[in-house]
Amino acid sequence: MSLTKRDWQSITLSAVLLAVAACLPLTGDAYMLSIGITIAMYAVLATSWALFSGPTHYISLATAAFFGLGTYTTAIGIENGLNYWVTLPIAAILGAVLAALVGLATLRLSGVYFVIFTLGLAELVRQVVTWGQNVSGQKGLYVLTDITEVHIYWQLLVLAAIVYLTGWAIGRSRLGFALRIIGDDEEVARHSGINTSRAKILLFMVSGATAAVVGSMLAPRYIYIEPALAFTPMLSFLVVIMALLGGTGRLWGPLVGVIPFTLLWEAISASFPNQTTLLLGLSFLVIVYLLPRGFVGLIESGKRKMREREAFA
Amino acid sequence: MDILITGLLLGGTYALIAMGLNLQYGMARIMNLANGEFLVAGGFAAFWFYTAAQVSPLLTIFIVAPLAFGLNWLIYVVMLRPLVKRAKSHGQLEVDAILTTFGLAFVSVGIMLALFGGDYFSYSYLARPITLIGDTYGLNRVTAAVAAVIICGGLWLWLNRTRAGMSIRAIAVDPKSARLVGIDVPKLSALAFALGGAVTAVGGALISTFLTLDASTGVMFTLKALVIVIMGGVGDVRGTIVAALLLGILETFVATLIDPGLTLAAAYLLFVLILLFRPQGLFGRRTT
Repeated sequence: MSLTKRDWQSITLSAVLLAVAACLPLTGDAYMLSIGITIAMYAVLATSWALFSGPTHYISLATAAFFGLGTYTTAIGIENGLNYWVTLPIAAILGAVLAALVGLATLRLSGVYFVIFTLGLAELVRQVVTWGQNVSGQKGLYVLTDITEVHIYWQLLVLAAIVYLTGWAIGRSRLGFALRIIGDDEEVARHSGINTSRAKILLFMVSGATAAVVGSMLAPRYIYIEPALAFTPMLSFLVVIMALLGGTGRLWGPLVGVIPFTLLWEAISASFPNQTTLLLGLSFLVIVYLLPRGFVGLIESGKRKMREREAFA
Repeated sequence: MDILITGLLLGGTYALIAMGLNLQYGMARIMNLANGEFLVAGGFAAFWFYTAAQVSPLLTIFIVAPLAFGLNWLIYVVMLRPLVKRAKSHGQLEVDAILTTFGLAFVSVGIMLALFGGDYFSYSYLARPITLIGDTYGLNRVTAAVAAVIICGGLWLWLNRTRAGMSIRAIAVDPKSARLVGIDVPKLSALAFALGGAVTAVGGALISTFLTLDASTGVMFTLKALVIVIMGGVGDVRGTIVAALLLGILETFVATLIDPGLTLAAAYLLFVLILLFRPQGLFGRRTT
């Protein structure tokens, strides 16, 4: 595995951008920091979502299930005397296990079954957790730690760096190559000797584990956790929209969708809280009809036009 | 025993809803995730007509059905046909259709929230007890189930005994070959999609007589209908009915004996079992 000059350039650029982003808390503005956390959270979720759904075109609507699983893992862990840092890897493992189970049941079959299954997964886990709480007579959970917003933000940035590195490494590996072939034509992939189910399940596990860790990291922010909050289905849909809006063809694509959409979403929820569902629906339609390849597609076709014009000039 | 009958009554109504989705997914080949929203809209219409003018929900369905038919036909022709044309493969159409109908679902929830607010709505229609085999049931549940059975039967006859029905079943088997024997696939697909929407909306009007709905419950019904369609086998009318009755019974069983909050978990249990052991559906044959 040798790195070209271009690779070094992009690594340096990413490191510089990350360092700049890490300086945000220094402004001392609490509102900026809170937006920063939201953006960082969605950036990690959308990028890890696109790692799996980008090349394979299997749309996962289960982010909220993994997120809630992580949140609950941390909450229950802390309540039972575990160190916060121990709960993160536990959440990652549980997320990967849940993803593996879902993947084993659905990913061997056609993509529609996967979409349907993931659509209800968050609701399913929520019903089961609520039932468990009814049986044990406990309502919600308190997460009391000395972790501040700044810490959460920095943790998310570190996780983002890990996700980007993982995504970059997968893109160069045999697994990434196999997934691109599966995305182009699953039949061809199977005939060329790729174990398609294994490749898909492995990557879905990476994606699920990441979402679970994000959930754990945000648990201290909520302080009080109940099922309706941890498993809010809106989260899954927002992640899908942001990732597709940015474009899943490139590793940095989802980020391009996350930043503007988070700002738009915050503005709309603040001034028209009843119209958020409508906005969500319209965003899906805009993506299908106007931006099928996301902002990345726009940028790249723009670049190509520029190059053509230069060639003719 | 009363669990069994309550389950069968619920399952009858589920069968109608799932039949609507099966027409759309099995025949028109569009995975419609906005299906449940049409159900809720049908329920809203029944509620509105009943509270405003005391119109019986059994009459409202004759208004709801043509409206839903027209609206779904428009949706197919204006929004979905371009996607069918643009799709290079079946997989791509599936992804596009899922995203589009998902968007439509949210748009309709948004519109319904704006029009009716986020409250639960219910009304009391035929809420009288009726005795069947020694146990008492709500007359509204029985009426809804009977109406559902009549409509399902009519659909089954139409699909099996008429030329249009047979053409639609041919499309369900293979859209490409259907064209070779002179079937107007685009026209009949639109018809099947519109009909599916109408059937679902009628199911919504019937279900609203005994269940409490609100603007955002649509997705739960979409999920249940999807589970039923997959369990019964895509495009298989008989399988859909059997699967719907099974789900109705299992759900009532879980709700009565364990916890009413676990109905989706019950549906998922069936779903997982089907995916693991009979992914081709209850009566489906394994395709080679």
